[in-house]
Order: sequence, then C-alpha cells, then structure tokens
Amino acid sequence: MTGPSRPNSGQDISFTFDGTRYSARAGDTLAAALLANGIGLVGRSFKYHRPRGIMTAGVEEPNALVTVGEGGRAEPNTRATDVFVYDGLAAQSQNRWPNLSLDFGAILGLAAPVFSAGFYYKTFFGSAKRWMFYEHFIRKAAGLGNAPRDADPDRFSQRAAFCDVLVVGAGPAGIAAAREAADAGKRVILVEQDDILGASLIRDPQELDSAWAKESADRIRASGGHILTRTTASGYWEHDLVTLTQRLAEPGQVPANGVAQRLWHVRAGQVILATGSIERPMAFPHNDRPGVMLSQAVRTYVRRFGVCPGQRVVIATNNDDAYLTAHALKEAGAQIVAILDARPAPAGQEHGFTTFNNAHPLATKGSRHCLKSVSGIVDGIPKSWDADLLAVSGGFTPVVHLHCQAGGTLEWNDAAQAFVPGQSRQNVKTIGGAASPAPVFSAAPVVPAKKSFVDFQNDVTLADVDLAWAEGYRSVEHLKRYTTLGMATDQGKTSNMGALARLAEKQGVAIPEAGLTTFRPPYTPVTMGLFAGTAAKDAGAHKRRLALFDVHAAKNPIWQPLGYWFRPRAYPMAGESLAEAAMREARSVRTAVGMTDVSTLAKFEISGPDAVALLETVCATSVGKLAVGRGRYTFMLREDGFVFDDGTVWRIDENRYLLTSSTGGADRMATHLSYVRNYLHPELRVSVVNVQEHLAGIAIAGPKAKSVLATLTGEEPPRHMSTVGAKIAGVAVLVLAASYSGERAFEIYVDARNAEPVWAECETAVVGTGGCLYGLEAMEFLRIEKGHLVVGGEIDGRMTPLDLALDKMLNTGGGFIGAAGLTRPALSEAGRRQLVGLEAVEGSIPEGSMLVTADGKSPEGHVTASAFRIMDGGSLALGQLADGFLRHGEELIATSPTRGQKARVRVVAPHFYDSAGERYRD
Amino acid sequence: MMLINCPHCGPRAQSEFVYERTVDSVAPAGASNDEAMQILFTRSNPRGVDDEIWRHTFGCRAWMVVTRHRVTNEISQVRAVGPEALP
Repeated sequence: MTGPSRPNSGQDISFTFDGTRYSARAGDTLAAALLANGIGLVGRSFKYHRPRGIMTAGVEEPNALVTVGEGGRAEPNTRATDVFVYDGLAAQSQNRWPNLSLDFGAILGLAAPVFSAGFYYKTFFGSAKRWMFYEHFIRKAAGLGNAPRDADPDRFSQRAAFCDVLVVGAGPAGIAAAREAADAGKRVILVEQDDILGASLIRDPQELDSAWAKESADRIRASGGHILTRTTASGYWEHDLVTLTQRLAEPGQVPANGVAQRLWHVRAGQVILATGSIERPMAFPHNDRPGVMLSQAVRTYVRRFGVCPGQRVVIATNNDDAYLTAHALKEAGAQIVAILDARPAPAGQEHGFTTFNNAHPLATKGSRHCLKSVSGIVDGIPKSWDADLLAVSGGFTPVVHLHCQAGGTLEWNDAAQAFVPGQSRQNVKTIGGAASPAPVFSAAPVVPAKKSFVDFQNDVTLADVDLAWAEGYRSVEHLKRYTTLGMATDQGKTSNMGALARLAEKQGVAIPEAGLTTFRPPYTPVTMGLFAGTAAKDAGAHKRRLALFDVHAAKNPIWQPLGYWFRPRAYPMAGESLAEAAMREARSVRTAVGMTDVSTLAKFEISGPDAVALLETVCATSVGKLAVGRGRYTFMLREDGFVFDDGTVWRIDENRYLLTSSTGGADRMATHLSYVRNYLHPELRVSVVNVQEHLAGIAIAGPKAKSVLATLTGEEPPRHMSTVGAKIAGVAVLVLAASYSGERAFEIYVDARNAEPVWAECETAVVGTGGCLYGLEAMEFLRIEKGHLVVGGEIDGRMTPLDLALDKMLNTGGGFIGAAGLTRPALSEAGRRQLVGLEAVEGSIPEGSMLVTADGKSPEGHVTASAFRIMDGGSLALGQLADGFLRHGEELIATSPTRGQKARVRVVAPHFYDSAGERYRD
Repeated sequence: MMLINCPHCGPRAQSEFVYERTVDSVAPAGASNDEAMQILFTRSNPRGVDDEIWRHTFGCRAWMVVTRHRVTNEISQVRAVGPEALP
C-alpha cells in the first residue's frame, strides 16, 4: 500500500499493535504507520462492535481508538491519528474479545434493533430486575478502553503565562497572524496541536510552503514569541484566559525529564483563532466500514506521510475540495474509479476524472478488514464499482469551539451549510477556514436510514435520530441525551452537523432553527492528572504539624487526622490496643490526672473598645457582663438560627478577649469573624487576630490537676472558668480553668515557639503525680460521658440552641447573628430532633446507628457518638431523637445495618457523669 | 477563570478570591425579623448585573464588592469595603 512519495528517513522505528511488531518512519502518526502496514481494522465500535478502521487524520477521529503504553502509563482511547510513533510504542485495540478480528461482542450487532436509541432509558423504565440482569452484560459489552489500574509514574506540571496575542492553530492563516503580531512588537504565543507547523501546506501545496512556515517560526521566536507544538487550546474561559494542554511526551512514552504533560493558563490580551475546519462524513448504509475515509484525510496520508490508503478509489463529494484528493491519489499512482458528485452537471467535470453528477453512495460491501465495492445512485439509477477505498467529503464544519466557549454567537453560512463565528464576546477573532469554510451542495441525498451512521463513536444512525423524533424528542439537547449523539471522547466533531441536518429535516425547518448543543471545554480529552498537577497523591491537601509534633512523635502514638492536623489518638503502652490505651488514659483523668495537647483549637484575640460589640454579634450568649479574668462557654449561630460552632470566651483584660472554637471549624470561624468585622461592622473599633497557630495549648485534667498546676506555677490556681497569667519553666503562660473532660481542668496557652520546655515541665509534674498523657480517643470517652458537645457530631448544622438545650444561655438582649432566624415558627414546632443521652439495656451501641422503635420502622433519630462508662463499664451514647426531651425513659433500638450491629437502648438525659458539676468546684 | 481587579493588589486571577454572597442577601441593620428572613431566603437572582461580596482570601485577604454581569462575567466595578474604606 505504500505510495511512491513515502519519505525515507533512513531510520525506521518499530512499534507493536496487539502484540505484533511493525515498522514505521519517524514523523508517522500511529494511523499513518498502521495504514502503511496495510492494517485496515483498528477497533470495534462502542455498542454494536462493528469493525472500524481509520476515518480521519486528526483529533476528530471517532473510530481508531487504541490504548497506548503499558502499566500506569497506559492511555486508553487514544486516537491513532493523534499519537506520533516512537520507538517501542505499544498499542492495543479496544472493546473486543477474544481479539479484534474474531470479536464475540459483534453478535450484539445482530441484536442491533434492541440497542437502538433510548435503550437505557427504556430498560430503566422496565422492572428493576431487568436492569439488574442486563447491567453486567451491558457494562462488559458496551465500552471504550479500560482505565489503567496502576498509578501514573509520570509528573504533570502547570504553568501560568501572559501574552499580547495568543494564536491558536499554526496553519497558513495562524502562522501569518502570529508573524504579523510578532513583527509589530507584540508578545506572541502560537499553539499547534500537531507536531509540526503548517501541516496543511504539505497536504495542499500553495505559494506559501514549509520553508515559509519555518522562516516565520524563526522570526516569531527571534522577536521573543513562544511556539508550542503538540499543544491544544482546550478551553476558553472568562476574561481571555485560555487553557493549553501540552504534550511533552507522546501517550505511553517515557518522558525525557519526567514531565509527561503541562497545563498552561494563558491570560491573553487578544486571541486569534485559526482553528480551521473538520470535514464531514456522509450518511449512507455501511458508511462505517474500514476503507471509508474522509477525503482530506486521504490526501494527508498521501502527501504528508507518503501512504496511499487505497489503489482503486471511489470519491463521493458535494464540493470542489475532494477533487484535490483525486489529483493527489492520481499522482500517487492510484486509480480513480469514479467520483460521485452530488452537484448537478457540469460540476467537477473540468478535472477530467470519471465524474458522475447527481450521484451519491448508497452502500459499501467488503470484509471486516477492507472495502471491496461501493454502490451508488447516479441520476436515480443504481450503479456499482469495485474499490478498496471510498473517500468522502460531506462539507466542512468550522472549529468554532473556542469562539463559543468565549461566549460568542454563531451565524449560518448557507453556501457552506455550516455555522461560522458571529459576534465575539471576549477579545477574540476567528480567521482562515474556521471563519469562511468552502461552499458545498446543500441538498441531502435520500438514503435508507438503517446502518447509516451519523455518530460513529456512539453508534448512532439516521434511524436512531428518526426514532428519537418519532418518540417525541424535539429539542436538539434532548436528541443528544436520548441517543448519546455527540458524546464520548470525540464530542461529535464529525457527527453533530449530520444529525442536526436530519433533525431539521424532520422538523421541516432550516438547520439554524433546529438549534445547536453547547460547546463546552475541553476541546479534546484532557488527562485527569493534568488538572491535579503537582497536587496529586499526598499533596492534595496541606498538612499542618503541631508545635509539639516531635515531642509526640518520640512517644510513637497512634495518630488521627483532625482537620489539617494530625493529633495523637492514644499513647499505647507495649501490647496495648487502641481501646485499652484510651480507657487507661481516661481512667487516669477520672482518678488522678492526665494531660493532652489541645493546640489545634481555633483561637482569636479580640481587642479594642468595641470588642464586646463584635463578640455579642458573633456569639449567641451574653459577653458584656463578663468580669476581667473570667470566661464562659459560648456558641455561634448561622443567620438561619442553627448552631454552627461553639467554644469559650475569656476576658483577659479590660478591652481584650480570647475566643476559642472548634479545630475543624477554625477556617470557617476565621472567615466569619473577618466578614462580620470588615463587611458587616466596619465602624467598630476592634481588632480580630487569628492566634490559632501562635499559641500552643496543653490541657491538664483530673482531681489532682489543681495541685499539679499549683506546683508548676507556684501560685494558687484560678477557680473554674477563671483565667490568670503565670510562668511555667520560666515561660509566660495564660492559664484558663476550663473543663471538657468533666474534671477540674486547666488549659495552658503558651507562645508556640516556647512550648517544648512548658510541655516537658508539665509532663514531669503530671507523671510524677501518677498521671499520664491522653489522646483524642480518651478525650472523646470523657466528653461523651460528661455530655459535652462536639462540632460535626451533635452540632451538625441542623440543630438550634433549643434542640441542644442551650436556649437558656441565649443572650436575651438579642442582636446576635441568628436571632432573627430563631424566630422562624418551624424551629419551635414539635417533632424536631433533640439532644438525648442513650444507655444500653442490651448490647453495645454501634457508632452512627439509627434509632427506631422496632425493626423495620423509619428512623426517628441517630447516634452521634458512642462510648463506654469509664469507671463502671456499660455502653452509652449521645444522639438526636425526634421530640427527645419528652421521651426520657423510653426504650428504642439503635441499629446499624451497615455494621450489622444493634443494641436496645434507653433514652436518658445527656449527662452520665457529675450532672451537678460538683467536680469543678474546689 | 475571571480576572478580578483587587482594589489593593490590582488584577489577579479568580483562583485567589473566594465568593461570599450576593449583597442583596444581607439584611440592613435595623431590619425586622421578618424582613431579615425575607432578605435571606427570597433572593432576586437577577439574570444580569449583580453586586457580590468577594474576598481576596489567597492574597491581601481584604473584602470587596464586585459588580458582575452574571451572564457575561463582565466586571464593571470593584469596590473596597472594610474599616479602611470608610469615608
């Protein structure tokens, strides 16, 4: 099949297709190399497993999809027309079993009527059992390539750039525009998805040639411009931002410097689109057979790659362009058997080929590997020709994707039967073939609808479009979703216009009136890794280290993620399980003393003459009466009246307060405070400083905490909910007497840079008093038993202060955020879920279980946190229950179907330990 | 991705900013409870120009009001808010 002009680089490279080794020339696309090796059958179609070959020579290829590369580098659904062969390239065909030639799934093709338009919808509407039965087979049978199982070993980078002029497409129009801008002193970026500039000048030699393209490129570079090949402008976003996806290695290839692809964000002063057009196929029965190709693609293979895809060629066209292909084929030694020109005589006759006017193809015959004959109609009379290649040209569809993504409108060009760019929204213009496509003959020939493919990738035929119409789908958007037309990896680049013409014909309207689906980014498929860039794997979210991280790490704790942080969950001794360690630590707090790192709590220093005014806006409790040196519990509401966070507020000095809130909600609270301070109340004389990471925090809790603290500071410890400044290990600290555990407890805050000596001295004192360190798990046991709330558990964004029995603490003066929301009648209606305690009557209460009155009943609440009594044993939990306050004493079932666990529980008050709060008092 | 002209930093990519809410969802001081709830829950949602509260979170952290056309994303004005912007 190799034509006479195939360039001889002198250096053949080898690749494999389905395991067989072939040779290629440097510069070949995989498609060109396959054609040169006489391979016609490249893939199996999505639904019917029909044999498919290579149809195009560009990114619009719907048929020739292959998996390229191996292991984590494998890239499924790679267009054979859009990968350049490198030595060792390994390609596999897709969607076939056991092999490409003998494909079991092709039997589906025999059942084609079953898989017509709307098949999935109809199946879903039937009994669920039917779908459950089919699903397994459908998922196996219908499909594209398989995603690789291994992680991609290569890196993906991202880069931002600015330029005065961004030119998309390095055909003659794009090169000329970029050259002109560069000559005018503009900063230019020229992008081209191919690996060479001016490829169409090789296909269609004109006055400008490859030498001109090279000279232009040199000039653009010399004036400081950038030229990016193998780079696709994939998306046009707001304010002239264009994303470029650049291939630094071919699919499956080991990249030279480890980076496989790069994503560019280019903010351009002006964008020039020279994106050209895509040739349209023609619809007629069996138009999808290997050996049926687009006319310009045939010309590209002949002139650029020196591969002649056929020797006896029929050409079907409705325009002049296809005659250039006829000439190219003739030069390459192929025989032009016939040209079927849809236009009336004498169109095309001047070229001297066997041209039939008023003619169009009607069917093809052949094997699964190749074409054998073409039949058609000439002036209403059937004719047939032996041929091994059918080149078709149904006109040209301008590539208007980026223009439309930028918000531009389209206009209908009747001569070209195509949409062309109309009004631009952003600073963008379209030039060249994309703006003015070649004229074509407008009348669509009458052909049988069955097996006349319009969308090759999704196996949508004219009959499917007709069926959708018959079933009432009128809008082009509905047609798309019902038939899957224009979906999948090619996004309808070759198919949309054909289907639209059919829909318009059915509607009896002109094509522009039938409407058009939306052009969305990306223009061609983009690897997910490129979006992630360097944020892949563990770099997706940042990690923050506690100031005392090294101190904890030396004790080899079990770590637990909490927000951005990792905190010790427990400090197990040799042989201890997590549960055993946590229970030992919790008992130490209940009976002696324990200490833990609470540095991650959100902390804000709020100061100034209007500090109270700000606090009383943010907090739903009263703050104004707080004396210097005192603190209290507080909580915060959203505007709709629901509690979103809680914490404590301390008056450190006359006009200086410390506000603490939850670790997980720290960023949200920081934003909220900033919003209230800057947007809602810019007039307040107050400063809000986030001191979360500035201060490290150490909690010491237990009956012996007071004596430990007295030893540490040498002073009388503050009473419960009081605060004093002190020194530990010579370092200034702030001591807050607050308790989360239910024991007499203190929180010691210290400049994070000086935390280690303070921690060391505290640990010595605690351990010397018979205490130990405790982690988050023990803290959870302690607070659940005490009935203290946690944000994200009991405070889940759906609970009001009433639901949490916090309403008595509300600031009666009002004026806080959420006060208006709380007045909504629905928030005080019966049936709301309310905070309750739960005691196991039988069994252990499963985490996250739901509360039901009997098996099979609807849930009336759920368990938010479960634990065990620390000193006495026994399972207990906190939960939310409809009308829970009125249901104390009632027995329910806590059931977790996902864990397969359940327990009988009794509803009680949510305080299992020291409900009078006597242990806080000295 | 839009280009937003921060009153303090100049034009910056949208990825540096966080959208907070539309200005007309914020009840003015002194609104009654019913009015406040009406403003919070019943939005005008215009197909056209809207005043929006944004923050240059990954930049100078200042708050601003961005006047944006919600169809074309054209930004006609960016106004600084906060104590520094008071008259």
